[in-house]
Amino acid sequence: MSKLINSSEALQFINDGDTLLVGGFGLSGTPLTILDELAESDKKDLTVVSNNLGESDRGLGKLLLAGCLKKAVGSYFTTNRDAVSAWNSGELKIDLIPQGTLAEAIRCAGAGIGGFYTKTAVGTKIAEGKEEKNIDGERYILEKAIKGDVSIIKALKADTLGNLIYDHTARNFNPVMAAAGNIVIAEVDEIVEVGEISPHDIVTPHVYVDYLVKNKYMKQGGVYVESI
Amino acid sequence: MLSRFDRIKIAKKVAEELEEGSIVNLGVGIPTLIPDYLNGKKVYLQSENGLLGIGPTPDEEHINMDLISASKKPITMDKGASLFDSSDSFVMIRGGHVDVAVLGALQVDRYGEIANWTIPGKTILGVGGAMDLVAGAKKIILASTHQAKNGQPKLINELTFPSNGVRKADMLVTEHAVFKFTDYGPELSEILSDISIDELRKITGTKFKEKITT
Repeated sequence: MSKLINSSEALQFINDGDTLLVGGFGLSGTPLTILDELAESDKKDLTVVSNNLGESDRGLGKLLLAGCLKKAVGSYFTTNRDAVSAWNSGELKIDLIPQGTLAEAIRCAGAGIGGFYTKTAVGTKIAEGKEEKNIDGERYILEKAIKGDVSIIKALKADTLGNLIYDHTARNFNPVMAAAGNIVIAEVDEIVEVGEISPHDIVTPHVYVDYLVKNKYMKQGGVYVESI
Repeated sequence: MLSRFDRIKIAKKVAEELEEGSIVNLGVGIPTLIPDYLNGKKVYLQSENGLLGIGPTPDEEHINMDLISASKKPITMDKGASLFDSSDSFVMIRGGHVDVAVLGALQVDRYGEIANWTIPGKTILGVGGAMDLVAGAKKIILASTHQAKNGQPKLINELTFPSNGVRKADMLVTEHAVFKFTDYGPELSEILSDISIDELRKITGTKFKEKITT
């Protein structure tokens, strides 16, 4: 059974009110094609878990402007001014989480772990309302795992089974998100036959990946541009 | 406003403090200047978005938006560099495998508790990896101007801005001085400008001991 679907077909797996785990650090490693498709749909009340909210009108920034989002969970939103103003006006809820806690919370969800104790953020505003525990003389707070209804990730290349490799630092949150969504859709630049990617190079094994979507953008001069 | 000369002075001093072969994470602001002043000393720069071994900044032709620093600027990879995902990156940071984090500071209290992510009354919408680095790096060096833009001292008795966590910094380097933090408060270990100690006390918001070793 082929895992390859059109970007428009990806929408059928996403329901109003869903929590989406979306890969990327800024726009690097972000599934731009699927996000474009979502921004043009009438999906609403989505919660997005992602390090940032893209840039103004790019990546997740498009979903925000299109009114698809109810809530954003991530570590850094101040680089997208639209996110700041949507939060100020009450249109967007924001859950701010330290970057390492975010990565670990998603990793835990994928590994079947309910939560974890961390020293990060102990004694800060972010720890308010969270359980604190003393372990061997040090203070820790409890952070719960973060799972998604759908993970939308971005890889450089897939084989037809769904094994994935990534481009440099575009890997970021994508491998942990691959394990933490009920349905996992990977957007890729290229799809090759099984066996063409060395087992030594595969970062995300195919077990995690349900569907593949081909990226409509092409890389030119080191940045993704709309292909003609 | 601090001159470029002063910012470079701070970066140079911190560069001196880094040990050959150490694993270092550099925060935004003055810390990003440090790689230019290592004078051949080899340190391994960690980028929290998934790279150990940041190389020189690429020229225009070799930019790849998928090879970037935590500040989202184009970078290259040094020989021996490795790539990993965000969760592994924070295993390094939170698990105590990064030798030194060099961070900027909005405020630091007399024991070295840091505030560098937000100020009261402003929207609290960005923290990034700052709290993870504070909690997990083996050593924390603050590289900061001595005073804020409004002239307020940054080294003070008690934080009025939100804290980054209970973990304390080890050292503060400003354009005027180097302070080391102890359980009893800061110790002045070096003066970096022509300021007198009396003048330095006037522009510092807490008492400090003199422990200058020459």
